[in-house]
Amino acid sequence: MADQIALRRTALDGRSVKRPWVSVTPAAPASRLVLRVPAENVAAVSAALGTELPTKVRTSATSGTRSVLCIGPDEWLVIDADGVDLAGALKGVEAFHSAVDVSHRNVGIIVSGEGAEATISAGCPQDLYLPEFPVGTCCRTILGKSEIVLLRTGEREFRVECWRSFSDYVFTFLEEASRDPLI
Amino acid sequence: MLLIRCPYCEKDLPEVEFRHAGEAHLVRPSNITEISDEEFEAYFFLRQNPKGIVFERWRHVHGCGRFFNAARDTVSDKFLTTYKAGEPKPALGESA
Repeated sequence: MADQIALRRTALDGRSVKRPWVSVTPAAPASRLVLRVPAENVAAVSAALGTELPTKVRTSATSGTRSVLCIGPDEWLVIDADGVDLAGALKGVEAFHSAVDVSHRNVGIIVSGEGAEATISAGCPQDLYLPEFPVGTCCRTILGKSEIVLLRTGEREFRVECWRSFSDYVFTFLEEASRDPLI
Repeated sequence: MLLIRCPYCEKDLPEVEFRHAGEAHLVRPSNITEISDEEFEAYFFLRQNPKGIVFERWRHVHGCGRFFNAARDTVSDKFLTTYKAGEPKPALGESA
């Protein structure tokens, strides 16, 4: 029996929707960190992290695999490739801050294609019109009955981050919405 | 849908992202253990609830998460202004 090894399956394992106008696919596993930093310590934390924290709410900074989303006046969500030790990078920081690893709490979903905007708008009250919600804009908001973090990664591509236990609901919602985006 | 301006996000955002959080500008007495039951009742339970302009706390709970204050007309349900928590009551213009 010793050769039976438990397999780790992601929350949305095997689920994917591809239509001519939009595709909804689970994002690759990622490491994530929630940061709370008072304004006077932002510089110290930025230096340790190696990425400048954007200070304007609803904006984000992306370099390589790393995205830093400013979702509140003192709150950031850092997303990087799976296996990157984000919390470890902040180990030696003396400046007061809070860093919580939420890699496995969140699930990412990529919505891309011509109808991405319409698909998300089916359940999200934000104005996603490109001039109002340009590439790089991020915010915490609502999708249907669930709270999500939305990041516009391209003109026709969004990343939806939701809590793991909501991921089935959120994915199914997007799947249904993608049937008939108003395009 | 009603749009509410969040003073922290600096944007008009849909009302479903917000939660009402009671009357604004209530000050907790610093000598809370010494005040009488009547004074405590007045501080803790009794609210103005006027018809017309009210100052209330709101929270952008499904957004930046911050509490802020708003002046709202309870008759028209119109938001006259919103301002950050801790700031004094704003002077409302003629339109109010």
